[in-house]
Amino acid sequence: MDRLLFITTLIAIALILTVLISLRRAHIRAEYSVSWLAAAVILLVLAQAPGLLGRFASWVGIEDLPTALLFLVTGVFLAVFYRFSIIISHLRDANIALAQRVAILEFRLENVEDGRL
Amino acid sequence: MTHTAPVHPLLEDGRALILVPAYNEEQAIGPLIDEVYSLFGKIPILIIDDGSHDSTAAIAKGRGARVMRLPHHLGLGGALQAGYRLAFELGFEFVVRIDGDGQHDPAFVTAMLDAVSRPGVQMAIGSRFLHTGGGYTSVSRGLGIRLFRTFLRPILGKPVLDPTSGYVAVNREALEVFSRSFPLEYPEIEALVVLRRRAFQFVEVPVSIRPRLAGRSTITALKSVYYIVHVMLGVLVNILIFDRRRWR
Ligand SMILES: Nc1nc2c(ncn2[C@@H]2O[C@H](COP(=O)(O)OP(=O)(O)O)[C@@H](O)[C@H]2O)c(=O)[nH]1
Ligand SMILES: [Mg+2]
Repeated sequence: MDRLLFITTLIAIALILTVLISLRRAHIRAEYSVSWLAAAVILLVLAQAPGLLGRFASWVGIEDLPTALLFLVTGVFLAVFYRFSIIISHLRDANIALAQRVAILEFRLENVEDGRL
Repeated sequence: MTHTAPVHPLLEDGRALILVPAYNEEQAIGPLIDEVYSLFGKIPILIIDDGSHDSTAAIAKGRGARVMRLPHHLGLGGALQAGYRLAFELGFEFVVRIDGDGQHDPAFVTAMLDAVSRPGVQMAIGSRFLHTGGGYTSVSRGLGIRLFRTFLRPILGKPVLDPTSGYVAVNREALEVFSRSFPLEYPEIEALVVLRRRAFQFVEVPVSIRPRLAGRSTITALKSVYYIVHVMLGVLVNILIFDRRRWR
């Protein structure tokens, strides 16, 4: 268990560092880094405070601490992915509207002489 | 095989537009445009090229049709909506959609326009099952259609024979709705539900569906299950909350 918590700590720190480096290099926008940072911090706190993890484990009814940790990690990342699905959907909507508008404007520019078809 | 369709007055005065979605249809699009012009003369026809990788756009332009090119591939619904938007902004009163693969015999455009210019009718669907001898369809498509008929009957409040038909005519009221919100993938059935939810009326018109002139249908047997689930989900979402963001 100690080993698992240690590895979890490492992963959380690696995640935080990766996100911060990406932010510095402008590979990720600040607003989209928040989900990852929040997820990493949750992992870090739980790995550093096994008492908290134990309370969570008994609350969800999982006796085995590693299983509880895995359960929690899955939940946290599902939330992150779901948030990204929503963001992607918004982006796709905006992108489609933009592409349609570009096509319409381009068409009207090319056919400016007659105005109609 | 030559048709002698009388030119519809709506086409003659430029109040109606023929809208043709095309994605990699370089083999079929030329003959289709020629066929339309030989039937009706030089009437408004707009090809929407959805980022084809072949020479669809160049061939269509070469035959004298107007072509709207999307900056990148959007899929059938997104491409059609772009066409409906343009048609609406240009002031067209009627739009008949026919497929760019040559499966829809353009001779039926006249009957479609007749149907959709009747008072109280906002949409006409070209139905292969009303036309004797025109019922060309694949086995999996046939099964899907039967499933959708049963599913749609209570939702639409009346039977529809050919709900997946892409041979569709709309009047300006429906055109306005489509220009604002149109489903993005596999749009035919969802579009029908959208209009019915606004208490719009549709009629079915017999048309003959021909085998493809070239290429393959994008609806393969493998994709059919995805198609069916996708469409049913879309319809259900539409019933729960209609006109939400997903539609754009
Ligand atoms: N704009 C656009 N048109 C498409 C796309 N896929 C198919 N089409 C067009 O939609 C029409 C119907 O497609 P098809 O594959 O023949 O479907 P089916 O006739 O229902 O089996 C044809 O005119 C195609 O060129 C797409 O992704 N984007
Ligand atoms: Mg086809």
